[in-house]
Amino acid sequence: MKFTLSWLKEHLDTHAHLDEIVDRLTALGVEVEEVVDRGALLEPFTVARIVSANPHPNADRLQVCTVDTGEKRVQVVCGAPNARKGLMGVFARTGTTVPGTGLKLKKTKIRGVESHGMMCSAKEMGLGEDHDSIIELSEDATLGLPFAKAVGLDDPVIDVAITPNRADCTGVRGIARDLAAADIGKLKPRQVSTVESTFVGGTVVTLDFTKDTADACPVFAARAIRGVKNGKSPQWLAERLKAVGLRPISALVDITNYFTLDLARPLHVFDTAKLSGDLVVRLSKNGEKLAALDDKDYVLEDGMTVIADDSGILGLGGIIGGSATACGPETTEVVLECALFDPTRTAATGRKLMIDSDARYRFERGVDPESVLTGMEAATAMILDLCGGEAGGPVIAGAVPDLSRTITLRLSRIAGLGGVEMNTDTVRRILRPLGFTVSDDHDEVTVVPPSWRCDVEGEADLVEEVLRVHGYDRIPAVFPSRETALPELVPSPEQSRERRMRRQLAARGMVEAVTWSFMKADVAKLFGGGDESLTLANPISADLDVMRPSILPNLLTAAAWNQARGQGDFALFELGPAYADTSPEGQAKVAAGLRSGSTGPRHWAGEMRAVDAFDAKADALAALAACGVGGDILQVTDDAPSWYHPGRSGSLSLSQRTVLAHFGEIHPSILSRLDVKGPAAGFELFLNNVPKPKRKGSRTRQLLDPSPFQPVVRDFAFVVDEAVTAAALVLAVRNADKGGSLIEGVDVFDLYTGKGMAEGEKSLAVAVTLQSRDKTLTDKKIEAIAKKITAAVAKATGGRLRG
Amino acid sequence: MNDLEKLEQDLLQAVAASGSVASLEAVRVDALGKKSSISLLMKRLGGLSLEERKEKGPLYNKIKRRIEQAIESRKVALEMAELGAKLAAERVDVTLSARPEGEGRIHPISQALDEVLAIFGAMSFAVAEGPDIEDDFHNFTALNIPPEHPARQMHDTFYLPGERDGSQLVLRTHTSPVQVRTMQIQKPPLRIIAPGRTYRSDSDMTHTPMFHQVEGLVVDEHAHMGHLKGCVTEFCRAYFEIADLPLRFRPSFFPFTEPSAEVDIGCLRKDGELKIGGKGDSGDWLEIFGCGMVHPKVLEACSIDPHTYQGFAFGLGVERIAMLKYGIPDLRTFFEADLRWLRHYGFAALDIPSLGGGLSQ
Repeated sequence: MKFTLSWLKEHLDTHAHLDEIVDRLTALGVEVEEVVDRGALLEPFTVARIVSANPHPNADRLQVCTVDTGEKRVQVVCGAPNARKGLMGVFARTGTTVPGTGLKLKKTKIRGVESHGMMCSAKEMGLGEDHDSIIELSEDATLGLPFAKAVGLDDPVIDVAITPNRADCTGVRGIARDLAAADIGKLKPRQVSTVESTFVGGTVVTLDFTKDTADACPVFAARAIRGVKNGKSPQWLAERLKAVGLRPISALVDITNYFTLDLARPLHVFDTAKLSGDLVVRLSKNGEKLAALDDKDYVLEDGMTVIADDSGILGLGGIIGGSATACGPETTEVVLECALFDPTRTAATGRKLMIDSDARYRFERGVDPESVLTGMEAATAMILDLCGGEAGGPVIAGAVPDLSRTITLRLSRIAGLGGVEMNTDTVRRILRPLGFTVSDDHDEVTVVPPSWRCDVEGEADLVEEVLRVHGYDRIPAVFPSRETALPELVPSPEQSRERRMRRQLAARGMVEAVTWSFMKADVAKLFGGGDESLTLANPISADLDVMRPSILPNLLTAAAWNQARGQGDFALFELGPAYADTSPEGQAKVAAGLRSGSTGPRHWAGEMRAVDAFDAKADALAALAACGVGGDILQVTDDAPSWYHPGRSGSLSLSQRTVLAHFGEIHPSILSRLDVKGPAAGFELFLNNVPKPKRKGSRTRQLLDPSPFQPVVRDFAFVVDEAVTAAALVLAVRNADKGGSLIEGVDVFDLYTGKGMAEGEKSLAVAVTLQSRDKTLTDKKIEAIAKKITAAVAKATGGRLRG
Repeated sequence: MNDLEKLEQDLLQAVAASGSVASLEAVRVDALGKKSSISLLMKRLGGLSLEERKEKGPLYNKIKRRIEQAIESRKVALEMAELGAKLAAERVDVTLSARPEGEGRIHPISQALDEVLAIFGAMSFAVAEGPDIEDDFHNFTALNIPPEHPARQMHDTFYLPGERDGSQLVLRTHTSPVQVRTMQIQKPPLRIIAPGRTYRSDSDMTHTPMFHQVEGLVVDEHAHMGHLKGCVTEFCRAYFEIADLPLRFRPSFFPFTEPSAEVDIGCLRKDGELKIGGKGDSGDWLEIFGCGMVHPKVLEACSIDPHTYQGFAFGLGVERIAMLKYGIPDLRTFFEADLRWLRHYGFAALDIPSLGGGLSQ
């Protein structure tokens, strides 16, 4: 909300400097967003008179003027057609920066004639569009006076952000009251006298509500005023409105706007000549229409508060009036409306119809109910004052609701909640200027909030009131103290492992990304998502309309984006949510990674190769290891979801039910669908499925017990059917010496197909590590185990030793 | 010079003259082998008298040893020379680049969150989490934001079609519903922070439809505004690593706190650059925290007796504090997954923030 300093001073008797007022406003919770001090901006420009104007010797359109600046006379070359002897205008001396052009004036010669400064146009001053003619001031302007002061532009404009709870501060008087409570001057008393009525009636108002909906408009005051002349507003009013960004329209309309801004009291005036029959305030019916003052047509829904007459809807209560009954220059008789509309319906209607008006802004916060009568009297007085005419008797439908309440405020609560010790004198000195009635008790006081403070409901609100006026900066900061030297560290095991996993993946050369939780529906469908229930009703764009079922599509989209920017080889990962359904349990915590292109850049020493399923598998295993899961308990199966390459992907699981991760190359059709140039391999790891880490009682590790005897490594190459998996072969070898427990490791070190192999066969070579714990292994013993291994492999897989 | 001396001299010359380990071996066989002159002389010793043996034996042995030593030292020298030649031939161009290794990065949001957790962890705050898909009750109603209240317009909400317990589904607009969830299942004293993704249907230069917040909540019997100030002040100074960082607390409004405050930190703007810290008086203020005492109605909605318990809550934007601390200019770039950006603004895997080991480099 904007207001000017002089406007504020209409209500506040103060000598405080602008800076002090601005600082205190922010300290009070009325955040100052901007102060525009045009007086300071236009300070170098002064009132001056052209005392002579003669034709320029070398140019037809220019004149050589002598200008009296009040201090001295200077020669100025001027091109404006209206420059003439005797004109009072605005002078800028050399050295001044012209706001409209940003140029600094220099002493110059124009077509051979010296010019010391400039007579300014409205455009050059940044005040309008007129560029041809120079500004003309009235004859009685004082020579040498700053221009801004001469025309009343020296009034700083203050723009404040009002929090939704402070309805009272949506009027200048409310802001003045806060400042007065904070000792920045005194709130000037405001006399509201009643205006004598010279006739009875002139209007009839009916509130047409049921008991359940009566709160929509508890009271509606109307007053007929006859014989008005709706001309232009006086200059002070027009300037004031202009200063805060409103366009003056006519005296009647300007008066209603003025009361809205000045007292947070929205009003409306109907042109009586355009009304048909009595006024009815009621809820709208679906399909009713209003042509509103903003030149838009609205179709109403059921349950919006409206003012109507026999002709139909005249206006939306508390939001906007209709154009059909608007006042114009022809208006001679009006009905003034001063009513109370409930915040809830006002907000709902405004939101539905997307109307932001000054009236809505105030009614949805809660207008002072008492101002229905006082506001009407004051507005009537101003209308009679500015437009003439005579007023009829006030017509009041309904009654001003009694919202008065009593709240107890304990000093102990101020200390207990606010951390500030305060005595009752201070409390009273703060609350009374704010309009609160405060009892004279000690220790605890009884407080009645004023009618304009509907936000103050309980003791905590009062604690805030006294604290904010006292000053938040005066609350002593209390630093946390504890009885032990070290804090109790409380990260949960789940959080710790998440952090380890993230850092582990980064240590493997992967770059962490954070991408949107939502994505394009048709892409989501490729990854098993896109369900209606997870589709946003109001997405920010069609590309981000459904909650993601997986992180991979986002990483693939990122891959395409980066490839388009010349970044082809990379490894990205993200740790975040994926959504299976809308329940809290349906939100999974997933780590996903994607490698694309080659394992590295081309390099003189190295062979690069395309990334493949085993890169993704290694990433998944490393991430799981960071969670403390690994080794033999993991089962590897070849059943990854459809977005992976069907022959080059797999799953890691603890049992058939608990899948921990999928990994593999991405399906080529998915790649082409998302414009990703292959190859690409990725993984998804489901943290919720990883067994919860236990808070171990002891951090002690099992004792290391290395064997004193050297291990023996023997290589075996088996020829097996192509369908036999490496895992099956390794398992067969491992189990060959059950009981003997000499086999400590089995590692596949070669895979061969092709020349020398029969169709449908392959060779798998394993290195078997034998470790004895009690004696050196003899050749005989080793030979015996080798036989067992060969036999076990033959039995389990049908494999034979390669000849 | 007798024959013996001549023999020794000849042999030593031959050793010195051998130019390779192989030719030296030939010299060795020649000088000390079974058929060598010395071996012959030694063999003949047996046929000599005791006297002569006593005289010649040690003499021959000495010669033999001297030649052996000469061969050994010549061998070492030759081997050294050969190794030197071999190594010289193995020379590489060390200005060639090292083998590439992918360098991973931690996203600035994760890094900032780790820093935040390190600080609040040291103040014994536990971490709580809640779902992104919330319901109207947890996101608004329980936080004292009734329907149609203007405060709801402070939050441009994303809606989902379904309901949960009769309450409209929304994407949470803040992390505050985690307060509610925590208070519903845990009894005071409570001391938690809740980091997470939050969503508002807003997209422009300074707003993204998704962003991250950290919510803090302390509920016990005594926590008051002074504690809130202390906690927030300690955090800001630790996070920005500026011991005398100026802070300003000013009244504000949030439906779920009363009294409410916003916290600004001091900064200096000069030539389009922003510097955190400096004198608040001569500089500017930057809003960083929203906070306040938990509203009694919120405690009640969570079945906590507001007559016994009280506390404070605060919330801060993770991207915002990361931008301020690390000079990242544009919020929208956080979510583009642009590798150039991630590599530039990201953090090394081993830059693990801790209060003891240093929050940041």
